Amino acid sequence: MVIYGTALLAACLLIGTVAGRVIGHSLGLESDLGGVGIAMLLLIASVTWLQKRKLLTAATESGIQYWSMLYVPIVVAMAASQNVCGALSGGLVAAAAGTIPVAACFSLTALLIRCAGDGQQPAVVVSNTTRSTHTENP
Amino acid sequence: MQEFIQLLNDVLAQYNLLTAFVFTALLMIAAQQASQRLTAGRIHPSAIAIALGLLLAALAGWYSGGRKGVADLPLLAGTGLLGGAMLRDLSIVATAFSVRADEFVCSGLWGILALALGLLTSFSTGAAIALVCGYRDPVSVTTIAAGAATYIVGPVTGTALHASSEVIALSVAAGLVKAVTVMLITPLIAPVIRLNTPRAAMIFGGLQGTNSGVIAGLAATNPKLVPYGAMTATFYTGLGCLLGPSLFFLIIRKILTSDL
Repeated sequence: MVIYGTALLAACLLIGTVAGRVIGHSLGLESDLGGVGIAMLLLIASVTWLQKRKLLTAATESGIQYWSMLYVPIVVAMAASQNVCGALSGGLVAAAAGTIPVAACFSLTALLIRCAGDGQQPAVVVSNTTRSTHTENP
Repeated sequence: MQEFIQLLNDVLAQYNLLTAFVFTALLMIAAQQASQRLTAGRIHPSAIAIALGLLLAALAGWYSGGRKGVADLPLLAGTGLLGGAMLRDLSIVATAFSVRADEFVCSGLWGILALALGLLTSFSTGAAIALVCGYRDPVSVTTIAAGAATYIVGPVTGTALHASSEVIALSVAAGLVKAVTVMLITPLIAPVIRLNTPRAAMIFGGLQGTNSGVIAGLAATNPKLVPYGAMTATFYTGLGCLLGPSLFFLIIRKILTSDL
C-alpha cells in the first residue's frame, strides 16, 4: 500500500529528528544536529533491508517516490516564502559565497580527475561521440 | 461578479495548501518555458523556478513588509506550509531513496574522497567569505557556509541552528548562485578538465554537490554522465545536512569563540 511507503519515510524523518535533537541536547545545544542526514541514512538502510527480503512492493515505493519527485517544487515554494528583502542587503555575500567555492571545487575536480585517471577505468567509458544522443535513455 | 470574486478569494484562502500547489506548478511552467525559449535549455528549469520564487518573495516582502515572502499574502499562505521545514525535510529525505549505499561504495574511494574534499572546501571558503563580510556569530557563519554547499544544506542547517530568516535567505541565495554557476560553467570547462568518464562525473558530483547544478551541468555536457554525478551529489546534500549543524558548527563555534 502507498501509505506504507509514506509512513516509512515519515517514520525515518521523525526518528531522525528525535535523534538529532537528542544529540543536540546532549551537546548542550537547543538545536537539531543532523536529523535530516540521520533520517536519510535510516531510509537508505531500511529500503536496502526491505529490498533484500523482497518486502518492498511497487505501491510502497511510490509512496516514497511521490515525495522525492516533489522535492524541486517544494524547494521552489520554500524559496518563495523566504525573507529575500532581508537577504538583498547582503547581496555581495551571496554572490561571493556562491562563486568562490565553485571555483575552488573546479580546480580540485581537475586535480582529482587527473589523479584518478591513473587508476583502472570504470566499466562504462563514455566517448565524446555520444554527445548528441540526448533522447537516448539507458 | 463582486460576490463571485469574494467567494473565490475565500475558497483560495481557506484551502491555502491546494492554492500553493497550483501556484508552485504555475511557477514551474513559467520556468520550463523560460528555460526552453530564453536559454535554449542551458539553464535548468528548476534553477529558474527557484530564482522566480526568490524574486516573488522579494516583491511580496517589499509589498507586505513581512518576513515570510509570498506566504505573508493571505491567498498564498499555504506556500509557507508547502515550503516549510516539515514537508521540505520529508521530500529531501525521500530523495535518498534513489541511492544505493552498496552501489556507491563499489564505485571506489574516489567518490568518498571527492565528497569529503568538496564539503570541506565549500564550508571553509563559505565560512571565510562570511567572516570577511562581517558576520561574527557562529550560527550565521555556519549557515552561510552551508549555503556555499547547496541551497538545501543552507536552510536545513540554518533552521536546525535557529538562524535568522535573513541569514537563511542569504544561504539559499548563495546556493542558488552556486547552482546557476555550476550549470553554466560545467559544459565549458568539461573538456579542459577531462570530465568525460563515469568516475570523473562521480568526482565532479562529490566536489560540487549542488544537485540541480551537477545534473544540469552534466546533462549539457554528456547526458550519460548524469546518474554518476547525481549519485555522489545526492550523498553530498545528505552528508552536508548531517555535518553542517553538527561537526562544522562545533568547529566554527570553537574557532570563533577562541578568537574573542
